[in-house]
Amino acid sequence: MPSCLTSELPFRIVGGLSSGGVYALIAIGYTIVYGVLQLINFAHSEVFMSGVLAGSLFLGAFIPSGGSGSPWLLVAAVIPAMLTSGILAVTIERVAYRPLRRRGAPRLAYLISAIGMSLFLQYTVQVWRGVNPEDFPTTIIPVAWLHVGNVSVFNTDVIIIVAALVMVFALETFVRRTKTGRALRAVAQDAEAAALMGVDIDRIIMVTFFIGGLLAGFAGLLFGMNFGRTQWNIGFLPGIKAFTAAVLGGIGSIRGALAGGLLLGLMENVSAGCFGTQWRDVVAFVLLVGVLMLRPTGIFGEKTG
Amino acid sequence: MITRRRTFGAVVVVIVALLPLVANPYQVDVLTQAASYALFAVGLNVVVGLAGLLDLGYVAFWAIGAYSMAIFSGSGPLQFANLTPWAVLPIGVLAAMTAGVVLGFPVLRLRGDYLAIVTLGFGEIIRITASNLDGITGGAVGIASIPHPQIGSYNFGSSPTPYFYLALVILCVAVFLFGNLNRSRIGRAWVAIREDEVAAEAMGINTFRLKLWAFAIGASTAGAAGVINASRINFVSPSSFQIIMSILVLCMVVLGGMGSMTGPIVGAAAIVIIPEALRNYVPSGVRFMVFGAVLVVMMIFRPQGLIPSRRVAAEQHGVGVADEEKAAT
Repeated sequence: MPSCLTSELPFRIVGGLSSGGVYALIAIGYTIVYGVLQLINFAHSEVFMSGVLAGSLFLGAFIPSGGSGSPWLLVAAVIPAMLTSGILAVTIERVAYRPLRRRGAPRLAYLISAIGMSLFLQYTVQVWRGVNPEDFPTTIIPVAWLHVGNVSVFNTDVIIIVAALVMVFALETFVRRTKTGRALRAVAQDAEAAALMGVDIDRIIMVTFFIGGLLAGFAGLLFGMNFGRTQWNIGFLPGIKAFTAAVLGGIGSIRGALAGGLLLGLMENVSAGCFGTQWRDVVAFVLLVGVLMLRPTGIFGEKTG
Repeated sequence: MITRRRTFGAVVVVIVALLPLVANPYQVDVLTQAASYALFAVGLNVVVGLAGLLDLGYVAFWAIGAYSMAIFSGSGPLQFANLTPWAVLPIGVLAAMTAGVVLGFPVLRLRGDYLAIVTLGFGEIIRITASNLDGITGGAVGIASIPHPQIGSYNFGSSPTPYFYLALVILCVAVFLFGNLNRSRIGRAWVAIREDEVAAEAMGINTFRLKLWAFAIGASTAGAAGVINASRINFVSPSSFQIIMSILVLCMVVLGGMGSMTGPIVGAAAIVIIPEALRNYVPSGVRFMVFGAVLVVMMIFRPQGLIPSRRVAAEQHGVGVADEEKAAT
């Protein structure tokens, strides 16, 4: 048996869960928007990217380049990162989707508009921040707790896994317990009926995009902390993988997004160990095509709410 | 009506064909690029404009054509076959078409949104695979010294003019074929699928097979464009097949007018020539920013494009659009 399936396996699992946690947080944005609009928000990867960038800029204001700052700064950076992404997501909805919804445009129009938005945002950041990667200011220095071979368990991995689980739990509680959460579920189930019951659909759609953005921003901050760099096109791969995660778990379902994210992270990391890191991204895409072929509704089944 | 349009089309083609006589070599080069992108856009138009399927990994078929050229001409690390570009052309087209069918088979049964993301993933798989298989594709470095095409004893060489005419000829053939296809039973079936797939199915249209056809036709056009392009610049590398290329071609189709036969050509010409003219004034990042904004603005204000097909214009303005989306507002 190769070492990727024996001695390295537990460490690969922890690393996989950590990247999976980030995918899960982004995947929730795809999944809840899909729930209410039956629309894949292709610009969501740029919402995530804006979170990484906002976190980096905020921390950069306090931490001299090359130095490192207190972990509490990272905690403080949660607010600007989440808000930037949340506001950006709502803006995208207003600018790129709402006019089309008013007109009752065909689905293709949404997709193209979303692609356009994504392109615009990426290159706006490229023009603004330059083509090359920038350092993400260090707050928590990754410390390896355990080593086996060339794989280790880092403190940052553990932080990411815990933080992601807490966020998903908070969201689940929000959706299940609050009045807005109930309205959200109602719109997801039947938008027309919800409107007749007095739910302000435009508001719910805005809230949905905002929540998706908040989580993506949070994911962005965790990603930045772990990855240590930020760049204009950094959203692309995590974005498409998170989409894979959402499909894997069954698009429309929050728990599905969590499960799909963690599973994708795991499989990717374990297979990267077996086949080499250069194939890591191919694994994710092959998995996406495979799931769509064999079980397009995902593990938990496609559902709304 | 159709004869008058054909006459007009013929006049335009003749004028365009005479352009290299008055243009300087640099301008001919830009024109050649525009013509090969136009071929690419016309192919994508069959998929996106006619059948209404958003393919975001279109560049993969281009890559397959280009790599076929590089590998079967014996320029790659494998050094086998040693075929001439003309002999590779059908192989490249066939390879791209096969890839289109193989990819289309599992995903065309799904809703359009999935197709978009799966094709996006497919484009990346092809690119990453090409840069990892060093022994076949030359890895990240790519493959150089691909032969130029030859007719009799005349070698196309590296001057752009013969390639311009080659691309122009293929473009005319493609427009003629696709135009006829669009006016045929198949074209009408595509409209029906685009408008309402469930209703089309109920009317007895084999939607899956027709979508697969659109996919295969689009893929083989891109394959042909890939073969020609590879033998023109006699070099391929994975970095020319980034995702942005697929989006750029989509931009050409959307700007020109989805579903219109001339639209994508005009779109391709505009998107190649305008930035080239502004090269010294506008950085390339700003260019892509503008393209992104163009896509959004076009979708909001002029979804039918600059040179609309009348059919598409009617659809995009919400005639006979699924009610669920109206209900959502």
